[in-house]
Amino acid sequence: MSTGNALRSSSALVTVSVLAVLVALPFVLTEFWTTNILVRAMVYGIVALSLTFLAYYGGLLSLAQMVVAGVAGYTIAVSVPGAIPENSLQIPYSLAIPLAVVLATVSGLLIGAIAVRTREIYLLMITLAIAVSFYFFVQANVEYLNGYEGIRNVLGPDIFGVPLRTPYVFYFVALATSFALYALVLYVSGSQFGLVLQGIRDNPRRLSALGYNVAHHRIAAFGVAGFIAGIGGVLITIYNIGISPGTVSTHSTISILIMSVIGGLGHPIGAFIGAVIFTIIDTFAADLYDRDRFNTLIGVVFLAIVVASPDGVTGLAKRAGDLLRGLRLIAPGAVAADPTLQANVPSKD
Amino acid sequence: MTIKPNRRQVLQGAAAVAGTAVFAPAIHANPAPIKLGTLASLEGPLAINGQDAYRVVELLLEEANYTAGGRKIEWIRESSNAKPDVALARTRKLVEQDGSDIVLGPLSGAEGIAVRDYSRTVPTKTFINGSSASQDNTLRNSSENYFRFSTDGTQWTAGLGEYAKNTLKIDEVTVVASDYAFPYSQVFGFSLEYTRAGGKLNYLWTPFGTSDYTSLIAQIPKSSGALYVVYGGSDGLAFLTQYAQAGGSLPLLGGTLLADQTLFAARGPHRKVLEGTVSAGPIGDYYENDVWKDFLARYTKRWSKDIGQQTPGTLAFAYSVNLQATLLALKAVDGDLSNDQAAFREALKKLEFKNYIDAHVKLDHNRQAISDNFLNKVEVRDGRLQTVVFKKIPSVNQTLGFPEDKYIALGAPSRNNPGNVQI
Amino acid sequence: MTLEMFATVALNGLTVAALYFIVAIGFSLIFGLMRTVNMAHGTLFLVGAYAGVAVFYPLYDQGFSYAWIVALAAGIAGAAVFGVLLQVTLLGWMQGQELRQTLVTIGISIIAADQLLAIFGGNSQQFFPPDALFGSVSVPLVQTGHYSTFRLFQIAVAAAVGVGLWLILHKTKLGIIVRAGVDDRAMLSACGVNVALVSVLVFAIGAALAGLAGVVGGTAQPFGQEKDVQFLLTSLVVVIVGGMGSLPGTALGALLVGMAEQFGQSLFPTYSVMFTLLLMVIVLAIRPQGLLGKRLT
Repeated sequence: MSTGNALRSSSALVTVSVLAVLVALPFVLTEFWTTNILVRAMVYGIVALSLTFLAYYGGLLSLAQMVVAGVAGYTIAVSVPGAIPENSLQIPYSLAIPLAVVLATVSGLLIGAIAVRTREIYLLMITLAIAVSFYFFVQANVEYLNGYEGIRNVLGPDIFGVPLRTPYVFYFVALATSFALYALVLYVSGSQFGLVLQGIRDNPRRLSALGYNVAHHRIAAFGVAGFIAGIGGVLITIYNIGISPGTVSTHSTISILIMSVIGGLGHPIGAFIGAVIFTIIDTFAADLYDRDRFNTLIGVVFLAIVVASPDGVTGLAKRAGDLLRGLRLIAPGAVAADPTLQANVPSKD
Repeated sequence: MTIKPNRRQVLQGAAAVAGTAVFAPAIHANPAPIKLGTLASLEGPLAINGQDAYRVVELLLEEANYTAGGRKIEWIRESSNAKPDVALARTRKLVEQDGSDIVLGPLSGAEGIAVRDYSRTVPTKTFINGSSASQDNTLRNSSENYFRFSTDGTQWTAGLGEYAKNTLKIDEVTVVASDYAFPYSQVFGFSLEYTRAGGKLNYLWTPFGTSDYTSLIAQIPKSSGALYVVYGGSDGLAFLTQYAQAGGSLPLLGGTLLADQTLFAARGPHRKVLEGTVSAGPIGDYYENDVWKDFLARYTKRWSKDIGQQTPGTLAFAYSVNLQATLLALKAVDGDLSNDQAAFREALKKLEFKNYIDAHVKLDHNRQAISDNFLNKVEVRDGRLQTVVFKKIPSVNQTLGFPEDKYIALGAPSRNNPGNVQI
Repeated sequence: MTLEMFATVALNGLTVAALYFIVAIGFSLIFGLMRTVNMAHGTLFLVGAYAGVAVFYPLYDQGFSYAWIVALAAGIAGAAVFGVLLQVTLLGWMQGQELRQTLVTIGISIIAADQLLAIFGGNSQQFFPPDALFGSVSVPLVQTGHYSTFRLFQIAVAAAVGVGLWLILHKTKLGIIVRAGVDDRAMLSACGVNVALVSVLVFAIGAALAGLAGVVGGTAQPFGQEKDVQFLLTSLVVVIVGGMGSLPGTALGALLVGMAEQFGQSLFPTYSVMFTLLLMVIVLAIRPQGLLGKRLT
């Protein structure tokens, strides 16, 4: 017990010191780093967090999280004042944002209801099909979503009279939101619901025999992920001053997956670490390698992570930490220890 | 803001001074180079146009010996994938991280609007359009520090509608077009002119990126006298191939980007229907004009190793006009970008020049180009298909000569507002 | 909709379905035996098409009349080699870790698409069929009374692929092993079958079919960037609708998707893509395993 407490207090210490560093960062870094690297990494990291949440606690790898974010983004884009083309709703942000998050949660539930009827590996295919179809749909819808061009000039609300898009303000709002959602994921994973979910991930048959409704729990997990991704979608839209089909393209969908995998699907913090790494590579590819071949670069990094360290950089860090602590490294089990990566090996029972 | 050059910049600056001191003593006055950031699409569906644009930019900067107004130019290349959010992120990098003084770009329509909106938030920098051709970059909500010396997608259609009705005597045209902003702007311009001349129009729209056009071809009304085809790149190739295979034989009018290198370079049955197509745009491949021929010769000389006899496309040409204007204005102010670039911007506004196809260029009150447009016909010249200029439409303004208030009152071009109205 | 129009659109749907069948059947086979969701299947289509182009133009320019046949062979071989390499170097040793395999194929597809763009450029390309298949033939009922010969030929190719695969699956030892593996993979190794070798063979066949589709599809329509995503999506939807690992299921899925797409395009051009999605959702609601798929355990 005492080691457990010690571990818990040391991880709390780590959390507090990381937060302190994050709060101090914008005063040290240039505005470019604050806005274009950190804020961008956080707003996309939130969507990646929703993917990691589903993948780790539910064993459900969904490629439709950017669709959910897109539903939220388009909701505010077609309803707030100032957006171009002008809409007839003209709802203030204080109503539009909750509405967007509610609709995102509902669409998360819907996608879950469609997808959980099949086995997990189908889920990836179905959610990818949904993602690509959604992209084609928003591109084709000219009447409400302004087709290929999308909707622009979504400037975001004022926070205590200061525009949200003011760099520092946006940074701290994104940071607070990211932290709150991260805490939410940790809270949910420790709750009764989260424990059942993890039980279902490891052995759906057994949990079903125990009287839990497997499908309902999975759909609810999609709802929670939809809520998270929806908030991410709102922030992404305000960050980009608008939304267009490009925001929900296959490219973006895969980018979110890359963030989650690079960071590591084994822990929710991996989503943000992956997002920071991805954003840095994306921003500086021209200086690192060759702008024209950015996709090769990011593809190679992604492939190397999947092949060499399937649990991402958080997994690497964890194993390095274990080594330092002198614990025995469970080398052959490193992969097996990560349940997401062996989702649904055909069970023989 | 104080300027604190890092070590690399100091070294580059020193090298620049050392390298040019012999030829250009004036450099001492302004040792810091001007940072010119450029943005074009080297990823995604428009990658070939982006590469073409950068060939032109590189050629012109080399010819200028990377100097303008007595100052060295440091060129910072960035790329997007034709999507506005990516264009915005990369433009921010150019300005906020790389410290560009001037940004040249982007390539496509929706990207242009995103960059234009961003330009308002950094009033101390100057943004000069690349080849983005949507009206609204400059027509509605224009931005004080966003300039466009190239003409827009609607201006590019000038002359075609009247030519179809009055010279070709075609009374009904069916428009086949992709369902997004650029085709809207082209269809709008063509429709306004053709309707004014008394023609009748039908419209068939397909989603962007459609590859199977057989069902669309089956719907072309039998009463049509011609098709106005507003597809570009691979969509155009797919449509024309399938139209030829279906035995289609109507005369074709082309959108500006239909008759481009993608179609000329590719072999196949589309070539048969493509020959004789009449289109309108800011350039034509073959034009009996010494300024243009000289420009093409310089371009091919510089790049024939890489791309053979291919000549610059419409979008690359737009970059050339905008870069030309940038360099001319820098020269006019002797590279003076002080006082938040006020003098430089005044110089840009006052510029009047002949571009590389010998068309006259000047700006209107929205900082948008008024320039000439050309009617072309696809013919075999020098053993290959080319667009051959046969008519010049002089001084086309952004509202195609219609009164500005009435033109703006029509609203932005869209599928539901294709321009088949009388004003 | 007139009868003429209906007949034309239906025939369009059938010819498109034929192409979709050829692409998707390889995807379905690979999944059926190995449970690998090959996200690089669209990439295999492009690899086949570009391998074909690499040999096609030099021959075609010299007036070599069999250029198209050579391109077809090159496309099939190119995709098969790529597929075998993928299976041997990466996927084989992580057999059983389905998600990891899927992620690997996603990584490969990102890199391959970018390298193909670097090597072959962004221009769209296409093949020209031999003279015998060029142009159109007279077909009653359809509009203009003529229909593209090559698109009709596509139906013949699909039929040949279907019959050929059926024969392999039902009349050869490999086929018996594969069918047994689809039903119960664990039994195979227990029976002493060299599963690794069979996996490589099946991957080669599946990839070769994608390559075949690349050249055939690249003759009917130009191909270029982003076709990989399009044909991956098509493969996914076809097998989800028809049923994974099922030959007749894939044929039925391809037919339904082809028809939904073509009728969608002519009736509601803007939202045609939603028709295929709707089809998928309806099937998932009624039969999650696909119309002709085996019941999921």
